[in-house]
Amino acid sequence: MHEWALAEAVISTVSQITEKEQLKEVLEVKIKVGELQQIELDILEFALSQLKTPKLKNVKFNIQTAKAELKCRYCGHKWIFRKEKMNEEIAEAIHFVPEIAHAYVKCPKCGSPDFEILEGRGIWLESIKGAK
Amino acid sequence: MKGVNNVVAVSSGKGGVGKSLIASTLAVILARKGYKVGLFDLDFTSPSTHVILGAEGLQPKEEKGIIPPEVHGIKYMSIVYYSGEHAVPLRGADISNALIELFAITRWNTLDFLIIDMPPGISDATLDIIRFVKKVKFLVVTTPSQLAFETVRKLLDLLSELGINVVGVVENMKMKESQFIKQQVEGRGITFWGETPFDIMVEEAIGNVKKLLTTEFGSILEELVAKNLK
Ligand SMILES: Nc1ncnc2c1ncn2[C@@H]1O[C@H](COP(=O)(O)OP(=O)(O)O)[C@@H](O)[C@H]1O
Ligand SMILES: [Mg+2]
Ligand SMILES: [Zn+2]
Repeated sequence: MHEWALAEAVISTVSQITEKEQLKEVLEVKIKVGELQQIELDILEFALSQLKTPKLKNVKFNIQTAKAELKCRYCGHKWIFRKEKMNEEIAEAIHFVPEIAHAYVKCPKCGSPDFEILEGRGIWLESIKGAK
Repeated sequence: MKGVNNVVAVSSGKGGVGKSLIASTLAVILARKGYKVGLFDLDFTSPSTHVILGAEGLQPKEEKGIIPPEVHGIKYMSIVYYSGEHAVPLRGADISNALIELFAITRWNTLDFLIIDMPPGISDATLDIIRFVKKVKFLVVTTPSQLAFETVRKLLDLLSELGINVVGVVENMKMKESQFIKQQVEGRGITFWGETPFDIMVEEAIGNVKKLLTTEFGSILEELVAKNLK
């Protein structure tokens, strides 16, 4: 699954920060997951638990979802992406490459595919708590 | 990308010079020689290698990432798996994000050659490949036209300024004898691979790889590969 690749990226970023900040141990990692990519939280959580490094032994992964907010570049309209409106095949394509949304999602006001993803595209680290 | 030995980006300052045709045919030629080959279509807004290869009904496998399906002995990756028949209008930042995403999730495992079909010019995809794929080498395509070479010259200068390896330049769609491109390329200390002719049989062979290899274009490209790529 794709979630594994994302989990690997999270762990590697956390490890880099751990090293840079010279943490002895990481206690909490807050992760935000945007709704556009429809990441499966169960799989992500499982993958993260399997990929733990020694310094992450006691870590708590706090995973939160964030709405995907889109803004039309043509008319300025802002709206929230709703996956319920997508058929399964399209949802899956967007899951792998969020930019594919430009092939299927149109501004609800003017119909343009020229929108930007303001927030909620992929996965990002919100914060890390650790002990020195 | 750890298991990938050679990454060759088929690139040009200009569009319509034969990058996709050469990238696809090159991948097939190398696969036939027994190498492990991948082909990655990075022209997200105008993908076309699937048409040249006649690759239909393929879907990648998901397994801790994405495993590209095989066609003609090549591991083949394209955005068309996800966009299908639809247009994908993307701006620069979107192109970068999609490229990073696809590079991160595609599992090539071991390859002797990963051939990349690039979009024209020196914009996002080119800069991103240079940024992320440290071992990338460029195979640059031009036509005999001064117009094509005017942009190709800038690409070559940029690559040399950045210290990027250029494996060679192919002069495609050659129609009559001239030394202009060869001299310009060699004058820069870059290998001139040679010329592939403009061949009216190519159009009929689009989608039919076997036929493509038997065209004059295909057999001459095969000679150039044998001579230059080791
Ligand atoms: N040597 C050639 N002889 C005949 N047609 C060619 C040759 N090289 C390319 N073409 C044709 O020219 C067009 C542009 O080629 P393509 O590979 O799509 O260019 P690019 O990827 O650089 O935009 C295609 O229709 C292709 O079949
Ligand atoms: Mg092309
Ligand atoms: Zn709009």
